[in-house]
Amino acid sequence: MTQSGNPITAADVAKVARLARLDIDAAQVEHFTEQLVKVMGHFGDIDALDLTDVEPMTQPYPLVNVMRDDVELPTLDTDEVLAAAPAAEERRFRVPPIIGLDG
Amino acid sequence: MASVPSTATDIARAVASGALTARAVVDEHLARIEAREAQIHAFNLVTADAARAHADAIDADIAAGRPVGPLAGVPVALKDNLCTHGVETTCSSRILEGWKPPYDATVVSRLHAAGAISVGKTNLDEFAMGSSTENSAFGPTKNPLDLSRVPGGSSGGSAAAVAAGFSPVSLGSDTGGSIRQPAALCGVVGVKPTYGLVSRYGLVAYASSLDQIGPFATTVADAALITEVIAGHDPMDSTSIPQPAPSLVASVSQGVAGMRIGRVTDLPGGAEPEVMQRLDDAFEALAAAGAEIVDITLPSLSYALTAYYLIAPAEASSNLARFDGVRYGLRVNAADTNAMYGVTRAAGFGDEVKRRIMLGTYALSAGYYDAYYGKALKVRRIIAQDFDSAYARVDAIVMPTSPLVAFTAGEKVDDPMAMYLCDIYTIPTNLAGHPAMSVPFGTGAHGLPVGIQVLAPALGEEAMFRVGGALEAAGGAR
Repeated sequence: MTQSGNPITAADVAKVARLARLDIDAAQVEHFTEQLVKVMGHFGDIDALDLTDVEPMTQPYPLVNVMRDDVELPTLDTDEVLAAAPAAEERRFRVPPIIGLDG
Repeated sequence: MASVPSTATDIARAVASGALTARAVVDEHLARIEAREAQIHAFNLVTADAARAHADAIDADIAAGRPVGPLAGVPVALKDNLCTHGVETTCSSRILEGWKPPYDATVVSRLHAAGAISVGKTNLDEFAMGSSTENSAFGPTKNPLDLSRVPGGSSGGSAAAVAAGFSPVSLGSDTGGSIRQPAALCGVVGVKPTYGLVSRYGLVAYASSLDQIGPFATTVADAALITEVIAGHDPMDSTSIPQPAPSLVASVSQGVAGMRIGRVTDLPGGAEPEVMQRLDDAFEALAAAGAEIVDITLPSLSYALTAYYLIAPAEASSNLARFDGVRYGLRVNAADTNAMYGVTRAAGFGDEVKRRIMLGTYALSAGYYDAYYGKALKVRRIIAQDFDSAYARVDAIVMPTSPLVAFTAGEKVDDPMAMYLCDIYTIPTNLAGHPAMSVPFGTGAHGLPVGIQVLAPALGEEAMFRVGGALEAAGGAR
């Protein structure tokens, strides 16, 4: 069996949920694991392909850095942008403490 | 005063000539929305007052003899993942509920500059992830042709709005079929242009190497007209192709005489028999119109689903990291910032979005990157190469848009894999970055519309619209 044939486990799902900053409970981990096992079971089909010497394709056409001229242009209105934030103070986004209680 | 025509082309002509006021056009469409929107739920928001004011301004321009654009007085509905300045943009997600963008998407600015009038923001599967418009935080959209069935997705609200006559044209976004599949299920025309032809500035990103904005319309000519207006280089989108917008409307009536059109002999199975019958009818009609039908193979097509459902979630897991409760949208308070991220995102995202974020995070994580994401990118290359070989022999390819006609609401919503299989014929185009469109062509099971898909190589919009126009002329359109 190739590597992509190993089914995803509840421990994997709990780990990726943590990495993705999704605070889900054990019952949801169980539920999502069941669905993801089913979805990823389909993914084994590409193991039949010989992919040696195939260049990965990340974009539909080759992209290089796109630079604009270094000139001053109008920007978004700061007050309007901050008005859409959950919390703002002194023209900045306000967040809870960054150094947390659980490290 | 004359009655309101059904197409954008005719509305713009009547308004510009003074035969009809923009206000009368808008009032008529708002009255239709008033009458049926409660059953269909095409919109997250109807901007009736702003639409009337905009119409009055256009009528004042015309009365004063000032020049107006090619879409003067044409009502348009916008998928609710397109930013509209000062007008709520939600992506049908709790995490963005109430957010008013500080700028317009480029496509919105271009439509307004051409004289089009926004009538509202249309419902979608949350963050454009889905094929039925049932994954909306604000409730599902119904298919106007049969309210017990789905309109397709993810741009189901935009497809339903046009099918119900709420607006003659609308905009959607297509990452794996999200314009073409709902167009097919609602019996309207839907176009996904070439990657990079239309600016995505102001489109809330789902999968950046696949996303493209395009129109819905009742006629192929209207779809070509809208594509012309929204296409062309935009310095605000670094993936925008640095070329002017092509001229496309003329292609629609050009016919297909002498064109070589590909028929895929190794098409992945699973389509309803009536859908395959309409495909046979389409080839018959195109041959009768003078095209040469050429048998081709696309052996990697069946692997596109796997490649897509690894690449799109991987990109989504990165793009959706920006919804963190700091700069916009929902915040659920917690003792520290890290905890705040986790509870905010758990409360704000629906299940399908969570599934795709986790799937993508997994596919990109250490130890699995090569086995999943890396492999999917190689499969993507093989699919693009298969298309290149085919397009060396043909000008366009014709296949079904969706394997199924509109299915019953609730039928697939708890079975992600069954839902994903709806995209089997539309996904390959997005992976390659090519244009494709769906044209209504007769009916299938339960008398519901069947969409036939026309695919063309990158920047092959002219060939695509020629074939689309020929299918419509053959009697396919409703």
